[in-house]
Amino acid sequence: MGDAALITGLAGATEDERVETPTARATRRLLRRKGAAFGLFVIALLVALALLAPLISPYDPNLQTWSAVRKAPSASHWFGTDDVGRDVLARVIYGARASLLAGVISVAIALFVGVPIGVISGYVGGFVDALFGRITDAVLACPFLILAIALAAFLGPSLGNAMIAIGITTTPIFIRLTRAQVMAVKVEDYVEAARAVGNPHWRIALVHILPNTLPALLVQATLSIAAAIIAEASLSFLGLGQQPPAPSWGSMLNSAQRFLVNAPWMAVWPGLAIFLAVLAFNLVGDGLRDALDPRSR
Amino acid sequence: MLTFLGKRLLQLIPTLFFVSVIIFSLQQLLPGDPALVMAGEERDPEVIEQIRRQYHLDQPLPVQYVYWVKGVLSGDLGESMRIKQPVLSLIREKLPVTIQLASLAIIIALVIGVGAGIVSAVKKDSIWDYVANGFALWGISTPNFWLGIMLIFLFSVKLGWLPASGYVPLLEDWRVSFASMIMPAFVLGNAIAAILMRHTRSAMLQVLESDYVRTARAKGLLERSVILKHAMRNALTPVITLGALEFGTLLSGAVLTEQIFTIPGFGKLIVDAVFNRDYAVVQGVVLVTATTYIALNLLADMAYILVNPRLRD
Repeated sequence: MGDAALITGLAGATEDERVETPTARATRRLLRRKGAAFGLFVIALLVALALLAPLISPYDPNLQTWSAVRKAPSASHWFGTDDVGRDVLARVIYGARASLLAGVISVAIALFVGVPIGVISGYVGGFVDALFGRITDAVLACPFLILAIALAAFLGPSLGNAMIAIGITTTPIFIRLTRAQVMAVKVEDYVEAARAVGNPHWRIALVHILPNTLPALLVQATLSIAAAIIAEASLSFLGLGQQPPAPSWGSMLNSAQRFLVNAPWMAVWPGLAIFLAVLAFNLVGDGLRDALDPRSR
Repeated sequence: MLTFLGKRLLQLIPTLFFVSVIIFSLQQLLPGDPALVMAGEERDPEVIEQIRRQYHLDQPLPVQYVYWVKGVLSGDLGESMRIKQPVLSLIREKLPVTIQLASLAIIIALVIGVGAGIVSAVKKDSIWDYVANGFALWGISTPNFWLGIMLIFLFSVKLGWLPASGYVPLLEDWRVSFASMIMPAFVLGNAIAAILMRHTRSAMLQVLESDYVRTARAKGLLERSVILKHAMRNALTPVITLGALEFGTLLSGAVLTEQIFTIPGFGKLIVDAVFNRDYAVVQGVVLVTATTYIALNLLADMAYILVNPRLRD
């Protein structure tokens, strides 16, 4: 191949690449997956419900109507009413707030703590890495929910403390993931080049290494939100999360269990809501993993 | 093998140290004076003073920690404030119940998870594969306490086939014991089955593409014997070790399952302890689960080396 042909060939290649940025390509591949697209739709719906709850909700979620206790689903109460005559649909709509908030904030805590530690651990290595490694092992050795229960118990039961507890127990996953990614990237030639031209360590870590860990972190964060939503619902179910009378899907299931014989609808809707929310985040997480995987282009 | 084992054991020392620090620090999270909180309803200054001395709360933190670790190492996990019973004997009493529940759950998870995983890998992209993948997604996304409540509604309230709650020891009456355990065990095993299915599927897919499976097929062996004798044996090794890591999921799930089905096990112990502000019990339960998890991990690593000759140096 002559030089001219080679240059045209290269130019052609770059033009082809320019048609689509990596982000655009990932988005297109994500949306092509029916599961992921459905997941995104459900998440958008839940976010809309949570934000617009006061406008959409047919009733005040805490309004107790003693003349309508444990009424089966009907035209005036689509999802029925609970043991103190509150509208179940209104509580499911408002409950989206606690669940989404808990999912996002606890994962944000885990990212905020885990990513810097992971970067330092992977980049510096040696004793620092070993130290953080053993601490991570120690936290991972305590079963997720049991540690979260213990933390919530000692901190005191509240939605905020539940988020902190879930965040802390989720952190080790992000430390390990970031560390592994950083260790894989830091031996790449372009990092070596950046070092050779005299970039300081912090700049190499932040500008050259960290961006390459983002796809993996994005996938894990999405899947972790799903796990965090279940964890919040579990803690609230046990009475260690959102405190009554504030609505949360987990605590609704707690009271529903006592009225299973007379009012089974109290148990159906909040459970279905948790299932849908968790399913949606899992679908998007799985979809993102496939869409961002460079091997499956 | 020995150097690896030695290295692994050495790593355990700092890990166990940090576990103990985490669990010890839990009580520092208590708002206010821990002696007052531990005393609960009791307001007698003398009692509070006694608690303070008994738990060395009047000493600096590192000294308190040393006293606590000394106690733990000699098998003294403290005393339950509420039932006035040593924490260790409480745990010993509740543990067999949870072990029975967990064992049944693991059997269910292995049968469903590994079975579905093999089928979906062998029949990749068929309707069976889609069904199995759908099942896995459903299993990971369903909160097990909701599944438990729904099963109670169906099998206890509507059909009246199974008891909604309660626990009967296996040796007392195995039939009743089984009937009261099968629903909670399924609820608990379900999520783990989903995880095992995904592991099995990817391990099987990898093995089925390997050279020795091709050779086995080329020799003209029956497809069934290729899959069951050649592929499965190798694919299941990582699945079993990965399965050991799900011990935490199992125990976390047991907490909720025991709560729903009112089974007096380990999980119910910690939840009751939380509500009774019985902090020593909470710490004891976390300590025992964490230590068990670490021990199981070590065993899984060793098993992995034993069945995988290439890793034996």
